[in-house]
Amino acid sequence: MNIFTTDFFFSIIRIATPILLATLAAVIGEKGGVSNIGLEGIMMMSALFGSLGAYWTGSWLLGLVIAMVVGLIEALLMGFFAFKLQTDIILVGTAVNMIGSGGTIFLVKTISNTVMGQSLTSTTSLITKAHQIPSISIPYVRDIPVVGKVISGHSLLTYIAFLLVIFTIILLYKTPLGLNIRSVGENPNAAASVGVSVSRIRYITIGIGGVLAGLGGAYMSMYYAMGWSLDMVAGRGFIALAAQSMGGGEPVGSMLAALVFGFAQALGIKVSATGVDSNLVAPIPYIVTIISLVLFALNQRRKERKRFAAAA
Amino acid sequence: MSEEYAIQMKGITKVYPNGTMANQDVDFEVKKGEIHALMGENGAGKSTLMKMLFGMEQPTSGEILVNGEKVNLTSPTVAISKGIGMVHQHFMLVPSLTVAENMVLGMVPTKGGFVSDYKKAVQLTREYSEKFNLYVEADARVADIPVGMKQKVEILKALVRGARILILDEPTAVLTSQETAELFTQLVNLKNQGYTIIFISHKLNEIMEITDRMTILRGGRSMGIHETSSVTPQEISRLMVGRDVVLKVEKEEAQPTDEVLRVRDLEYVNDWGKKMLDKVSFSVRKGEILGIAGVEGNGQKELVDMLFGFARPNHGTVEVNGQSVLGLNQRQIREMHVSMVPEDRMIFGIAGTATIEENLISDRCTFPRLNNGPLFNMKAIHEESARLVKDYTVKCKNPHQQVGSLSGGNIQKVVVAREFSNDPQLIIADQPTRGIDVGATEFIRKKLVELSRSGIAVLLISADLNEVMELSDSLIIMCGGKIAAYFEDTRDLTDDLMGKYMLGLERQEADQIRRVCHE
Repeated sequence: MNIFTTDFFFSIIRIATPILLATLAAVIGEKGGVSNIGLEGIMMMSALFGSLGAYWTGSWLLGLVIAMVVGLIEALLMGFFAFKLQTDIILVGTAVNMIGSGGTIFLVKTISNTVMGQSLTSTTSLITKAHQIPSISIPYVRDIPVVGKVISGHSLLTYIAFLLVIFTIILLYKTPLGLNIRSVGENPNAAASVGVSVSRIRYITIGIGGVLAGLGGAYMSMYYAMGWSLDMVAGRGFIALAAQSMGGGEPVGSMLAALVFGFAQALGIKVSATGVDSNLVAPIPYIVTIISLVLFALNQRRKERKRFAAAA
Repeated sequence: MSEEYAIQMKGITKVYPNGTMANQDVDFEVKKGEIHALMGENGAGKSTLMKMLFGMEQPTSGEILVNGEKVNLTSPTVAISKGIGMVHQHFMLVPSLTVAENMVLGMVPTKGGFVSDYKKAVQLTREYSEKFNLYVEADARVADIPVGMKQKVEILKALVRGARILILDEPTAVLTSQETAELFTQLVNLKNQGYTIIFISHKLNEIMEITDRMTILRGGRSMGIHETSSVTPQEISRLMVGRDVVLKVEKEEAQPTDEVLRVRDLEYVNDWGKKMLDKVSFSVRKGEILGIAGVEGNGQKELVDMLFGFARPNHGTVEVNGQSVLGLNQRQIREMHVSMVPEDRMIFGIAGTATIEENLISDRCTFPRLNNGPLFNMKAIHEESARLVKDYTVKCKNPHQQVGSLSGGNIQKVVVAREFSNDPQLIIADQPTRGIDVGATEFIRKKLVELSRSGIAVLLISADLNEVMELSDSLIIMCGGKIAAYFEDTRDLTDDLMGKYMLGLERQEADQIRRVCHE
């Protein structure tokens, strides 16, 4: 039995996409000193409203926009509580996550009852192929043997996610806004002392994260699964935080970490499909996570040693 | 007439929301093109006054004029636009960014409005660096540059934003003596170019050396403006603390007895492979103060780390009362009756957000006398902290105040109260009076002498020459990780002679140095 087929590698990218989007939100957030643990909740809320938006407007594009706007609004609200009202941001994030779980099911029941006269517990019955974010078959690339099968044919949002990695690098390292974000994250007093508005930068930081997490949520309900269902994000928002930290907080490293998590989940799915006891399969993603964290730590230590050696 | 003045602060009163009156009817005037000292003990209101001038705080009443024009400084941005720049005591730099990036923070040049023009930032940095003869490495990360250069970056940051008036908050506190000398040259240079400099310090000799005039604050009030050339150090200290500070410490002759601390052939190579300690041997006996002098960075810090279990030597022994301390943790070392006044009180001395009381009992909170079974005996703890606060004259509302809200001198008194009151047999005092006011300094010095005369061994490490010479009974000088000289008696020592050993121009013979082992 061969697990490592082109299908398998294709599925890694497919599975890693929402994690990657949320990871970029975490990367920008941490650079700006905003630890947003509410990404999971934002993804849930955006997933719900993305699918509802697509259903109402009949357009996947408008659904996507609605998901982004919902993510943005939720993130800015978090900012209001955390920065303006001085609530601990971890508490705010926890609240958002609880709303993302319990609040979404409440909303979907209430809204469907009001609008359609029947109480739905998911939006899967509403979403059809027409509401789905389109897949793109890339000309020429798709004809490359092996590689073509792996990287062509993904959702539009997958390609956007990888382009956003480049966008994140440029934003953080090549623009005045990025410099402000990094300086506010590292030493807000220094930024404030030269007239940078710390709170404005923090709102921008968390807002960008909200939009990115919103995209991740939309991907879940409008591509990965057809429609929203309870707790469908299933910890991807938290995995993103782990990926950020595993990637050393840098865009490219964190992207690779997101792919590692994608690999772990894909492997779990693949192995369970071969008929292995599901109790044995369930720990695979976690085992991969532990192994990669150990490898990461070892690598860090080796680098540190090298640096000392170079300095001496 | 008013054009003569760069800054005029008239009748400034500042009352904080918690009721603390930081400044009361203060008049502060700085002439254009002068170096003006702002002096006062810790907690005298210097920082508050300068924060108001830099727009970080607003006065409760009074007015501020800049170049004769009445201004309303609502934020640092406004102050910067009026040509005021501030170099904070704790640097306002972002360590992971380069010097050039720090320089342009908040005013980044761009290519086409969106993408940063880093080259231009570097160019700007070099241009200003050359113009003002303040050398910095534009491309280096701030985390990697020495303290002296960081300070120059701060000065350049203010200049590049168009500052004509510079506020320097205790600029020499973190500098070595060479760096200080260099800074002074540059400040005089700036003054000659027409810049106005406000210099906050409480080091008398520095003030005498470079300032034209001075304003002295005491308890939030101004003690008047004085020409530096027409006041003596004694007058200044009297104005600052309201009594004549005894710069000389009275002490009886030491009667050293048994050896307490025994250090032999200590060697330490740091993580970068540099040998920081090279065959260091000495002993400290009961009833004496052994001073360690030397330019900072010559192994003193590493030595203290070895003695108190923060690092392990590559070679050599450290014994307290005949028992090795190597490999022990700080608690175990404390159980051997070793006390430590750390160099960096904010990091190793206190927990800033904890209360005075909590900090005072932090080394003894497990002792049976402060506990009832698994719970604290709060009555005993209150009694103990109240007694220490009183004995060590810690100025505070009550022992339940956050220790971080006290002035530097009072924070150090909390540290000292804890370290001196736990029945020590050996006290390691590392820069015990650095950056604190004259009153607290005098108190701590007297206490050290008193304790040593009661039979405690004291090891004093200080970069303050005056301090080591006055307090120590005998003295070693460190240079390049080695002991360069040992003086059995400090009474006839001169600065000149010490300077020669500190800078490595001279070194005593090995057998002369070996006498500090008292074998």
